[in-house]
Amino acid sequence: MSRDRTSAEPFLWLLFSAGGVVTALAVPVFLFLFGIAFPLGWLDPPSSAEIYTLLRNPLARLAVIVLCGLGLMHAAHRLRHTVRDGLQLQRHGTAIAAACYGTAAFVTAVAVVLVSML
Amino acid sequence: MKEITLRVFRYRPETEAEPTFQEYAVPLRDDWAVLDALNYVKEEIDPTLSYRWSCRMGICGSCGMTVNGDPKLSCGTFLVDHAPGPITVEPLRNFPVIRDLVIEMTDFMQKLGAVQPWIIRDESDDDPHTELLQTPSEMDDYKRYSMCINCMLCYSACPVYGLDSKFIGPAAIALAQRYNLDSRDEGQEERLDVLSDDEGVWGCTFVGECTRACPKGVDPAGAIQRAKLIAANEAVKAFLLPRWVR
Amino acid sequence: MTTGLWQRLHRQRVPLLWWTSRRTYLLFVLRELTSVAVVWFVVYLLLLVRAVGAGPGEYERFLDWSARPWMVAINALALALAVLHTITWFMVTPQAMVLKVRGHRVPGLVLAGALYVAWFAVSAVILLLVLS
Repeated sequence: MSRDRTSAEPFLWLLFSAGGVVTALAVPVFLFLFGIAFPLGWLDPPSSAEIYTLLRNPLARLAVIVLCGLGLMHAAHRLRHTVRDGLQLQRHGTAIAAACYGTAAFVTAVAVVLVSML
Repeated sequence: MKEITLRVFRYRPETEAEPTFQEYAVPLRDDWAVLDALNYVKEEIDPTLSYRWSCRMGICGSCGMTVNGDPKLSCGTFLVDHAPGPITVEPLRNFPVIRDLVIEMTDFMQKLGAVQPWIIRDESDDDPHTELLQTPSEMDDYKRYSMCINCMLCYSACPVYGLDSKFIGPAAIALAQRYNLDSRDEGQEERLDVLSDDEGVWGCTFVGECTRACPKGVDPAGAIQRAKLIAANEAVKAFLLPRWVR
Repeated sequence: MTTGLWQRLHRQRVPLLWWTSRRTYLLFVLRELTSVAVVWFVVYLLLLVRAVGAGPGEYERFLDWSARPWMVAINALALALAVLHTITWFMVTPQAMVLKVRGHRVPGLVLAGALYVAWFAVSAVILLLVLS
């Protein structure tokens, strides 16, 4: 490689893509269960003890953090480009990117704290 | 003979500051494309109309125009498909207009050259009397991208290029991939310098309009995403591996 | 000498809301805005995690809150967008990725089919884990 300058774009794109895959696989069923099926009484929600045990499992904790982190990076990437191109704010490209990825990183940190407090 | 109205974009910089539209009534013939109608206008009605064309058979790539809002080769867009009209004919979008339907294409030409769309290869070990053979499957890897005729319809369709002309754009990346994927080529790293730039593949948001606009089925959108994956792999390698391993 | 070419060129402008001018552009923006549903999913999941961590009372309160009509409406909209995200993601993946098995390109339909199988499997696993 002759390039000296390292760009963040390839890494942001990889996170965006990974986030796209995991959210495509996992988000619909979660929203269906906790957003529709349990609230409308189609299915019985797990008891407090059951879901507590489930979420305390190390793999489940990891899954929550990965889903939140990658999902947020995915959304940040898309929203960054949509806001910038859709409203023609090319001049503020850096600020928009910083706001999007910054928020994603912050909320991911919140997710880590919440999961570790279980 | 039935007629159809062409509403043609006119821009004559020596006399007018702003473009206007001019209407021409042309015969509505089954076998006439928009280009035939423009040739009729030029020969029979108004010799001052300017536009580019050459082969009339969808291979030279010079007659690209915006027909009723869509980027099209005017030689392959038939009047009857747009009857009863009027048919609005404008220059390709996203390019500066020199005159009438003639656009300025220097920017595209520079980008095309920047990706070095030819086989790059150290030939010192090649036997000059032997062909470089390729299996059908190796040819399939790039054949689709080699169909590009540089007509620039994809640049006209691409909103990212319209918003930021520094973006290297669909056809240039597809042609870079055409050579990157060729088993005889060794130039991927050289092209990667241009492709992996922030104004290279990373500008693309995968709208996919380039692929829909392409008259030759090249699929530049797919080519760009594949180039992103290669560029991302190289970036990760460059980040993780020490310099001497690379 | 006459005025230079560059000064006489007519510059075409992209309209501010260019994405309203074509159906395909509009669908593209809708596809990108499915990421709002992903953000909502993360917020909702974290609210659930927080409630579970805060004890049985909080968890019950979360379930009651989620049963309010406007919450169900939000989640129904988010689910619709999430499904759109999944479908569009699986649609473009074979275009963006070429998989080769023993030198032969895996056809796009097969790749898309595999993605749908994976979606079904992941959904089934989550369903079983939460319901059992």
